[in-house]
Amino acid sequence: MIRKSPATLRQLIQEVGTVDAIGIEERVSKYGTRSIKKQAKRAGLKLAISMVDLTTLEGKDTPGKVASLCQKAIRPHDDPELPTTAAVCVYPSMVKYAAACVRGTSVKVASVATAFPSGQLPLKLRLAEVRSAVDAGADEIDMVINRGAFLTGELAMVQDEIAAVRDCCGPCALKVILETSELETYDLIRAASRLAMQVLREGDFIKTSTGKTSSNATLGNNQVMLEAIRDHYFETGISIGMKPAGGIRTAKQALQFLVAVKETLGDAWLTPARYRFGASALLNDLLRQWVKETTGVYQASYTFSESSSAY
Amino acid sequence: MNRLPITKTPKCYVGGAFIRSESGRTYTLHGADGKFHSNIPACTRKDVRNAVEAAAKAGAAWAQRNAYNRGQILYRIAEMLEARKDELASAIALTDTDLKQAKREVEITLDRIIHYAGWTDKFQALLGSVNPVSSAHFNFTVTEPMGIIGILAPEQPSLLGLLSMILPAISAGNSVVALASESRPYPSILLGEILATSDLPGGVVNLLTGSRKDMLETFASHAQIRAVTAVANLHERTAIQSAAAECVKRVQFFSEEKPIDWESANQQGLYAIRSCLEFKTTWHPVGV
Amino acid sequence: MPAKRTPVRELLFGNLWEYDPAPETADPNIQSRYQLFINGSFRAPLTKKYFDSLSPRNAAKLSEIPIAGKSDVDLAYQAAEKAFSSWGKLPGKERGKYLYRIARLLQDRAREFAVAETLDGGKPIKEARDFDVPMAAAHFFYHAGWADKLEYVAPGRQVSPLGVIGQIIPWNFPLLMMAWKIAPALAMGNTVVIKPAETTSITALKFAQILLDAELPPGVVNIITGAGETGSLIVNHPTAAKIAFTGSTVVGKSIQRALAGSGKRLTLELGGKAANIIFEDAPIDQAVEGIINGIFFNQGHICCAGSRLLVQESIAKQVCQKLKQRLATLRTGDPLDKNTDIGAINSSEQLKRIEHLVQAGIDEGATIYQPACQLPKNGYYFPPTLFTDVSQSQRIAKEEIFGPVLSILTFRTPEEAIEKANNTPYGLSAGVWTDKGSRILKMSTELKAGVVWANTYNKFDPASPFGGYKESGFGREGGMQGLLDYATID
Repeated sequence: MIRKSPATLRQLIQEVGTVDAIGIEERVSKYGTRSIKKQAKRAGLKLAISMVDLTTLEGKDTPGKVASLCQKAIRPHDDPELPTTAAVCVYPSMVKYAAACVRGTSVKVASVATAFPSGQLPLKLRLAEVRSAVDAGADEIDMVINRGAFLTGELAMVQDEIAAVRDCCGPCALKVILETSELETYDLIRAASRLAMQVLREGDFIKTSTGKTSSNATLGNNQVMLEAIRDHYFETGISIGMKPAGGIRTAKQALQFLVAVKETLGDAWLTPARYRFGASALLNDLLRQWVKETTGVYQASYTFSESSSAY
Repeated sequence: MNRLPITKTPKCYVGGAFIRSESGRTYTLHGADGKFHSNIPACTRKDVRNAVEAAAKAGAAWAQRNAYNRGQILYRIAEMLEARKDELASAIALTDTDLKQAKREVEITLDRIIHYAGWTDKFQALLGSVNPVSSAHFNFTVTEPMGIIGILAPEQPSLLGLLSMILPAISAGNSVVALASESRPYPSILLGEILATSDLPGGVVNLLTGSRKDMLETFASHAQIRAVTAVANLHERTAIQSAAAECVKRVQFFSEEKPIDWESANQQGLYAIRSCLEFKTTWHPVGV
Repeated sequence: MPAKRTPVRELLFGNLWEYDPAPETADPNIQSRYQLFINGSFRAPLTKKYFDSLSPRNAAKLSEIPIAGKSDVDLAYQAAEKAFSSWGKLPGKERGKYLYRIARLLQDRAREFAVAETLDGGKPIKEARDFDVPMAAAHFFYHAGWADKLEYVAPGRQVSPLGVIGQIIPWNFPLLMMAWKIAPALAMGNTVVIKPAETTSITALKFAQILLDAELPPGVVNIITGAGETGSLIVNHPTAAKIAFTGSTVVGKSIQRALAGSGKRLTLELGGKAANIIFEDAPIDQAVEGIINGIFFNQGHICCAGSRLLVQESIAKQVCQKLKQRLATLRTGDPLDKNTDIGAINSSEQLKRIEHLVQAGIDEGATIYQPACQLPKNGYYFPPTLFTDVSQSQRIAKEEIFGPVLSILTFRTPEEAIEKANNTPYGLSAGVWTDKGSRILKMSTELKAGVVWANTYNKFDPASPFGGYKESGFGREGGMQGLLDYATID
C-alpha cells in the first residue's frame, strides 16, 4: 500500500490543497456555539472519558506514579456508569509496569517512542526503542515524525521512517505525532497528515502534538486533520483515527472537539477506536462535570485533582 | 476676384468618426445676426443607440488605461484646444455675440481641462479607503467607473457647460454620450474635431446634436447608459427619472430653473468626479 | 496488512450522539399590542387599525401592530421637521453622545432583543444573538464617532444634513437594517421617519423604548408601522428630503419612479443574484463552508446571498459531494433552539414564493437535492436545497429566490466565470475563491458588484461600505462613503 510519495513539499501541498487559516478558524468557532446540555452533555462526557489516553510523560515518573495513573484509568470514578479510559500513555521504560497494572481490563497501554518528543536520534535507535516498547507489552505506539526532514522537503525519508516504525509495531496501533506547532501552518499540517496516512493502516492514528511545545491541540488543527482523514477515507476507504493531545484541559473543550468529530466525520468516528484525547488533567474536569450533572451541585476542583501540581 | 471660401459641413463626433445623423435630418443654425451659418445634424434615438455602442466598445479599454495615461490624454485635449481657442471663441460668439465673454469661457474651459488632467491619478486615493473591520480581514474600497454616462448639456454656456459635465465623467474612466446645446451646437462640433486630434481614444466621448425632445427618452431608458447627468427643467427631470427607474439608472440633475455659475470652482473637482463613480469593497482574510 | 475496503464510502451523520433541544429562554418582553412612536411618545394610530404579527416559528400570534395612515405619517413628518431645526444644529459631539448611549443601551439588552428578533422574524437565535444585535449596536457605535468629525468626510468642502429622511427597511434583518439606516442619518444631523417591514415590526418598536431611555430629543426618530400603503405615504410625503430604501428591486424601481420630479434624494439597496466563484486551486473545505454560509445564512433571506455557485468543472464533483456532506450536518428547525442553523422562513408568502421557484427549477430540468430533515409541523420551514444541472437561462439561475436554495453552475476559464457572473441585471455582491493573489484582484476588478468577498463570504462591518451596482441599487451604507449619502456638499 505504500504509494509513491510526492517528490517535493510543493507537489504535496498542490496535491492536498491549501487551507485558509481564517476560514478554518471561523468554522471551528461555530463548534463552540453548540449548546450541549442534559442528556447530550452526559453522553458527551462519558464518550470523552472513554477516549482519554491518560498520560504521564515526565522525567520524575515512577512505577508508583504509573500504577496510580492506571488505577485512575481503570476506575476513573466511583460511579459504575462511567467507562474506563481508552489507554494510559507512558514512556517506554514504564510500559512493563503499566501493562501489569491494566492486565485483564479494557485499558490499553500506549507508549511514546522514537526519541519522543524531539525524535532526534538515528532511525536505528528509534526503531529499537519501538521494539522494546512493544516487547514490554505496549498495545499502542505514539511516534513523532521527523519534522526537520519534513520541513526541508525530504518527504520520502519522513514517509519511509513512518513505514519502518509501522513495521516494527506488529499488531500495535500506531499513532503518528505531527507536532503541529513545529509545522506552524495549516497547509503543512494537512500535507503532513496526508503524507503519514499514505503509509498507515486502518485503526492507526494521526496525532497533533507531543504536549512538550508551547502550543498543542487546537480546534483548528484538529479540524484540518479531521478533514484530511475524511478525504483519505473517500480516496482509499481506509479509516484513520485522530488524537488531539496537549492543551485540552476542560470538559467544555473536549465536548467542542467531539462536536467537531460529529460534524466532520460523523458517528463512525465517535468511538475510542477512532478518536482519542491525549491528556492528563482533562479526566479530572470530565469527572467533575459528570458529578455536577449527576448531583446538580457544582464541585470543587481539588476533589478531582490527584496532584496539586496538575494544572 | 474674391475667392469663395469652402464652408464646413458640421458633423457629430461618434466612435472616433464624424457622422451625420442616421436619419439624414439636419436643422439650420443661424448666427446672432440672423444669417445662415450651417446645417447641424439632427440626431435621433438611433444615433443615441449607435453612440452607446461606440461608447461601450471604447469604455472597457479606457477604464483600464492607467490613471497617469488618462491624465496625459486630458492634458493633450487642452493642448489641442489651446491651439484653436480663437476659433472656438468665434464659434461661441456666433450665437452669443460677446466675443470677450466667449474668449473668457474658452480660457476657463481650458483651465478646467487642466484641473481634471491632474485629478485622474489622485481621486482614487482620496475617495477610496482601507476600512478597519473588526475581523481578520483586509478590507478596502476602491472606486470604479460606472460605465456609460449620458449627458444632457445646458443650452449655455455651450462649451464650458458641456465640458464641465464630460470632464469628471472621463477623468473617472467612464465613456460618455453627450447631447450638446440644441440652440448653440457649433462649439460641440469643433470640440469633436479637437478631441479627434487629441489622444483620446475614439468612442470615449461621443457628441450628438439635435433636438433634446427627440432623444431625452432614449437617454433615460437605454439600459446600457448606467447614469444620466442632465441640466434639465422639472418636466424633463420627471420624465428622465421615471424612465430611468426601469433599470435603476443613476440620475444627477442640475435644475435649469436655478442659475448655475459654471465658472465657479465649485462646479469642478473631486465631488463632481465622485458622482461618476461606483464604490467596490473587497474583503480578504489575513492569515498564513 | 491489506486495507479493509468498504464497498460504499459514506459518512454517517446520525444520532449516535444527539444534541438535546436547547431553547433560548430569555424573556423577549413582547407587548400584546404596540403603538406608533411619534415625537418621542407612543401613540395609537389615528386609523385605529392594527394587524396581527405572527411568529414564523409556529405561525402563532405574537402581537398587534398599528397601521399608520396619512394623518399619522403627517404627524411623524411634522415631528421630524420640527426636531430637525434643533438636532441639525446640535454640535456633532453632542449628537455623537446620544448615538453612543443608544449603542450601549442596545448592548445591555442584547439577549432580549435577539430573542424578540428570532420570534418575530424566524432567524436562528444564534444568528440574532451573534450577528444581528451586536452588529446593530456596532453601527451606532461606529457612526457616533463620526458625528463630530464630519469635516473629514468631504475634505475641503462643507457638508450639511439634508433634513428629514424617510426610510423603509426589509424583513430580513429588521433591527440591523434599522441601525444601518438611522445611525448615519442621525450622525450627519438629519432626523428620520422610518418604517420597518410589515412582518417584522416588533424589534423596531422595542427599539423606540431604547430611544426614550437614551433621552433622544422627541421627533428625531419616528417609527411608523404598516404595510405597503404606509410605505408609499412615507415615500411621497412632501417633507422628505430623501428616501432611503432597502428591499426588493421591484419596489425600489417603483419608488424611483414615484420620486421623479420631486427633487428628493434617493438611495436604494435592492436585490441580488450573486455569483460565488470557486476555482480549482481554492482552499476547498473553506470554500464549501463559505458556500454554505453564503446561501444558508438567515435562510438565504439576504440580498447578497451567494445563490449562484459557479464552480470550475475540474472540481465540480468534489465540491458537490462535500456540499452534500456538509448539508447533512445542518440543523433546520426551531429558530429558538441554540443549535439550529437554519430557522423559519419569514412568512407564509415567502415560503410560497420559494416553493414556487423551486418547483420551477424542477420543471425546467434541474436536479434537486435536499437532505433528509424533520421540519417542525407548525410554522414556515423549507429544507436547505441544492440544484445541480442548472443552466443560465433557468429561472432559478436568474431570479432572486430569497431562500435556502443554491443553484450550481460550472465554468472552465476565468473569462467564462466573469461572463456568467456578470450576466445579470443585479450587481450587489460576488464571491471568489482561489489561492492565487493576482487572480483575486483581477476577478475583483472585473466583477460588476459593490461587494466582493474573496476567500470569504457574507462579511459585514460598519466600517465597510455596502451597496450595489446596476439594478441592485445605488448609494452605500457604512464607512465614510455611506455617510455622504446623507449630506449635501457645498
